[in-house]
Amino acid sequence: MIIRIMGEGQYRAPEALCNELNQIDNRIVALVTEGKADEFRKELAKLISEIKEKGEAVEAEEILESNIIVPPEDLSFEEAKDIFKGSGIFED
Amino acid sequence: MGLFTRMETVFKSKMNKILNRMEDPRETLDYSYEKQLELLQNVKRGVAEVASSKKRLQLQRAKLMQNIDKLEGQAKDAIAANREDLARLALERKAALVQQVEGIDREVVELEKQEEKLIASEKRLSTKVEIFRTRKESIKAQYSAAEAQVKINESVTGISEEMADVGLALERAENKTEEMKARAEAIDELMEAGTLEDLTGSKDEIERELAKISTQSSVESELARLKAEAGKGPEKEKAGEEGKSAEEKKEA
Repeated sequence: MIIRIMGEGQYRAPEALCNELNQIDNRIVALVTEGKADEFRKELAKLISEIKEKGEAVEAEEILESNIIVPPEDLSFEEAKDIFKGSGIFED
Repeated sequence: MGLFTRMETVFKSKMNKILNRMEDPRETLDYSYEKQLELLQNVKRGVAEVASSKKRLQLQRAKLMQNIDKLEGQAKDAIAANREDLARLALERKAALVQQVEGIDREVVELEKQEEKLIASEKRLSTKVEIFRTRKESIKAQYSAAEAQVKINESVTGISEEMADVGLALERAENKTEEMKARAEAIDELMEAGTLEDLTGSKDEIERELAKISTQSSVESELARLKAEAGKGPEKEKAGEEGKSAEEKKEA
């Protein structure tokens, strides 16, 4: 899977990592639905840092389309409601 | 529409525009490349803007720090003159300015982060643009069949996503610098109009009061000196008398 973190480039994520990310993604959907803005922010930051730590940065020389686009860390809570709904950004 | 939601829209519409625009698919490559170079220029400008926005905030911070030092000095003077009320006023104003400085510090940290990300984006994009340029020429050279069309679509799609992302990052940076400009102007206006001082109490007022105190105390000491010279001070009595008599002799 190629994941783009908006404004920070692309990462390659193996399937195990994607499963882990999907769990965080689902937690974020729940937090957004419950209106818990602070906890949402923590989880979104975690989602992004997990991708950066455990994923492999795509070389600048490679031009690839992403499978998943992750919003930036400072995403507004309002906008999060439009993005993190249903199964979130990772398919279940 | 939020920034992220727009990512897809921007990306898709850009793609369609690029792919539908040209009759000859090879022209698509040139058109996309032109757009890439334009975007790179804009990102460079964006980086410069963020840097100058940061600079401006830092200058303003320095100005605020000067005012803070001045108020601190006034508070000390006021305490020395036994005017706790004035000292309190000066410290209250100082606290308000310290708050402004803290706000600026937070903004500067944010701008720095943005600057860093934008510079990294610029680097990534410029590498990709260079790769794209080489690939473009090789696709154009081998162009003959529908197979080339697929390659063209692939390369244009990949770079279009990058361009949409960088374009949005640039937009975010521009919004931020506009915001910072407005903030800096507002603080400048407040400082010029004295409103900032008025909100927290007028600076001139403290200065006036301190000046009054120092005038009073110098009047008191002058008075004491004159009294002494007039012979009412116990130790200077003799000296005063001598001075007087000498003058009388001169006159005579």
